Amino acid sequence: MNLTVNGDTFITEVSTVADLLKELAIDPVRVAVEVNLSIIKKAEYASYNLKDGDTVEMVNFVGGG
Amino acid sequence: MDDTLIIKGIEFQSRLWVGTGKYKDFDETRRAIEASGSDVVTVAVRRVNIIDRKSENLLDFIDPKKYKILPNTAGCYTVEDALRYSRLAREAGISDLIKLEVIGDEKTLFPDTLGLLKATEILAKEGFIVLPYTNDDPVMAKRLEEAGAAAIMPLGAPIGSGLGLRNPYNIKIILETVKLPVIVDAGVGTASDATIAMELGCDAVLINTGIAGAKDPIAMAAAMKHGVIAGRLACKAGRIQRKLYATASSPFEGML
Repeated sequence: MNLTVNGDTFITEVSTVADLLKELAIDPVRVAVEVNLSIIKKAEYASYNLKDGDTVEMVNFVGGG
Repeated sequence: MDDTLIIKGIEFQSRLWVGTGKYKDFDETRRAIEASGSDVVTVAVRRVNIIDRKSENLLDFIDPKKYKILPNTAGCYTVEDALRYSRLAREAGISDLIKLEVIGDEKTLFPDTLGLLKATEILAKEGFIVLPYTNDDPVMAKRLEEAGAAAIMPLGAPIGSGLGLRNPYNIKIILETVKLPVIVDAGVGTASDATIAMELGCDAVLINTGIAGAKDPIAMAAAMKHGVIAGRLACKAGRIQRKLYATASSPFEGML
């Protein structure tokens, strides 16, 4: 399926948010995930099923003032 | 002497708060923060770099167990964006703390205080500990307090300008107007600026560019630490009144 991840098209066969994080080698502890503008709680990563066309945003902390 | 700053039950040992932006690398960030003696650091919320997965993470260098992480909403120009970033920050982090910025102008980065007030009210109701970055305006400070802010963070001067406290009298009036802690955010250029803020009676000072932009950020971090301590002690000690004419320090009695 085709997702938009952090602004870029991303083709993947994963089904859940947890799978997507694993595929991208992202530690779920320090990120927040949004699907179609709704925040997905960490506890829901393993059960939340992504679908074709979803827009996913993954953010973390960077240097700032 | 116990002089802990407490905001909504969170204890801050340091009255110097530091940002983590604009450093050469994460190692310099870490060393500057250590030299500052601060126990609270601000961070920004941005997209994970999914292309370069080997890129280092800020929190590998700043241990969240050792430092309180204060996420900001820098770069947000609307209430909606500020709310979105705040909620993401809470999900990515470990606390309800948010340094709320709703920017109104690109050139000055002055806050859009109307948007700020609205966002403060909404986030406070959602259980956030809202620390709004605002103008040096005592009336707005009062409004933010009524809207549920946990502290007031008036600017000393535009972000990154290093101009120092442009309106110390307004900061003084804010201190008399609100019951909340007042933390000067933005504009501190050197140690004496930090001292002035603390001498006025501010509860803390937040500095990023003033340290990160110095020729030697590590040395400036130490200077800011001492500047804040000096100002705090001087404030508590109670300064002498300013007088136009001299009063001799040595006794007249016993002179030849």
